[in-house]
Amino acid sequence: MLGIIASIIDGVLVGLVYGLAAMGLTLIWGVMDVINLTHGTMIVAGMFTLYLLVTSLGVPPYAAMVPVLIGGFFVGVALYWVAVHRMVGRPPLMSLLSTFAVNLVLIGVGTGVWGTELFNVAVSLPGITIGRYTFPGAHILAAALAAVIAAALYLFLHSTRMGKAVRAVANNREAAELVGIPTVRVLAVSVGCGVALAGVSGLLIATLFPFTVLSGDGYQLKGFVVTVLGGFGNPVGALMGGVALGLLEGAVTPFVPVSWTLVIEFALFVLVLIAFPGGIFARRGVL
Amino acid sequence: MPLMVRRPFFWVIALVVAAFALIPALGDNVELRESLALATIYITLATNLNLMLGYAGYINFGSIVFFGLGGYICIWLVDAHHTSLALSLLAAGVGVSALAFVFGVGILRLRGPFFALSTIGIVEGVQAFVQNFEPWGGSAGIYISPEVFNPLGGPAQALWVIYFALVATMGLSLYLSYGVKISKFGLGLLAIGQNEDAAAILGVPTPRYKAYVYSASAFLPAVAGGLYFFKSAFIQPSDAFDLSLSTEALVVAMLGGQGTVTGVALGAYLYEELRGYLLVSETFSHFQLVVAGVLLLLIVLFFPGGLMGFVYSRFPRTKKVLE
Repeated sequence: MLGIIASIIDGVLVGLVYGLAAMGLTLIWGVMDVINLTHGTMIVAGMFTLYLLVTSLGVPPYAAMVPVLIGGFFVGVALYWVAVHRMVGRPPLMSLLSTFAVNLVLIGVGTGVWGTELFNVAVSLPGITIGRYTFPGAHILAAALAAVIAAALYLFLHSTRMGKAVRAVANNREAAELVGIPTVRVLAVSVGCGVALAGVSGLLIATLFPFTVLSGDGYQLKGFVVTVLGGFGNPVGALMGGVALGLLEGAVTPFVPVSWTLVIEFALFVLVLIAFPGGIFARRGVL
Repeated sequence: MPLMVRRPFFWVIALVVAAFALIPALGDNVELRESLALATIYITLATNLNLMLGYAGYINFGSIVFFGLGGYICIWLVDAHHTSLALSLLAAGVGVSALAFVFGVGILRLRGPFFALSTIGIVEGVQAFVQNFEPWGGSAGIYISPEVFNPLGGPAQALWVIYFALVATMGLSLYLSYGVKISKFGLGLLAIGQNEDAAAILGVPTPRYKAYVYSASAFLPAVAGGLYFFKSAFIQPSDAFDLSLSTEALVVAMLGGQGTVTGVALGAYLYEELRGYLLVSETFSHFQLVVAGVLLLLIVLFFPGGLMGFVYSRFPRTKKVLE
């Protein structure tokens, strides 16, 4: 009994981090109907930034969040101008291809520089022990930070002027433009926030699991599943979708080989989409 | 399609195929043959991808699955069941096509970007399956002994036979692509590509057509995969599902001009040549993906019509001859 509760709790903890990993993807998707295929690589960029900061400068892992958030934002704005700006409002095929192209470049550089070996950032935090089960401190802290960041994003979207503008643009870009919202700037900021979120989630994941240049793909796929489970651009929904995914993973891992988990999750993605075409929460005022 | 023979483009394709087959054969030029063999594979993959991308406007990120699975089925039949190459290739094509149809029926309700994302899932699924499937050697793969080349007249002659089969596969791909383009089916696909809702309202059975084209675009890549891996006498998951190949197919199709037959074939040929130069240079061989990415980005941003889009706008008359 305690074992089941323990695995549920761990599923929730990891799931919150998955939710955070999906949040940037779903934000960009929700605001401008662009599926950012560089998302996985941006997550990996966060992981490697952490790795470099910790190993070469000795920065404490969690303090690296600040440079990752700021750097991620500027990378995101750059990404917007390079790959997204000309694609907004064009068929989704084009933005898929353009972000895919940028991703190829990033992956190419990444594998050229670091190869595909496993990297690891050691974080030692005291865990919490209940009976025979110990919950690693890194898991608890990562989950808590994921929840805090989600709350911050929610506050940003709902109580700041810029955040409200982001929601307005998501609802109706032309109408937003008509009432004087600088939509281009808002879109650039949204992509910036999306990439910053990807980076910081990568940082948190790197404190939990080892990673390679290519591990972003898996988290990106999880991001798609979370997006259709939790709705577009909705931070709270993304967290809930992530938790659902974490629980599912906890439930299936004892029974199937690890390489199948992604497949099962993807089957879920397809099933959800078939049952609820266009996403569970559709696009009814989600942002 | 009896009318196809009367169109000039039918003969253009025939000419290209004949050139591919004859030029290395007459000069007995092995080096040229190897380079052209790679070009035929690129052309086959890109042309079949174009059925989805260029006509129906659907991105298939997982076209490599057809190639890899076809390779596996063919190698496995040759190795474990001593089936003849021709029969194994046919089995690979039919098997992969049937599988693609089943997948297609599963995901055909999904539209636009969701369909594209599902094709990524299919790559993951198939890869996980192959890596855990013991009869196919798991992650170690399958080696076949050189004796399988004996029925084809020894290794040296077998390589020529395989080359001609690859050229034939390429030719069939081009005819399939052209045949679909001028058929009613192709018209339906083009309608889907322009506006799926309008197409559905006007009576195009959109989900069915999408499943058909997904399945049709699987057959010849599977055969090409069978030939390719038979030629190297070895297959393992990381080669069979090499993501860079399906990426390159996408780049090539966009480079030449999606939706055209000539452009895609030309783009594939040019890309293969370019790649040959880049691989020779030490600095670039590591950054092949970077080059492909930059190329794709530039095309998508500035020349969405690709090579043929440019040719058509400069020389409108070519539209009548080069489809």
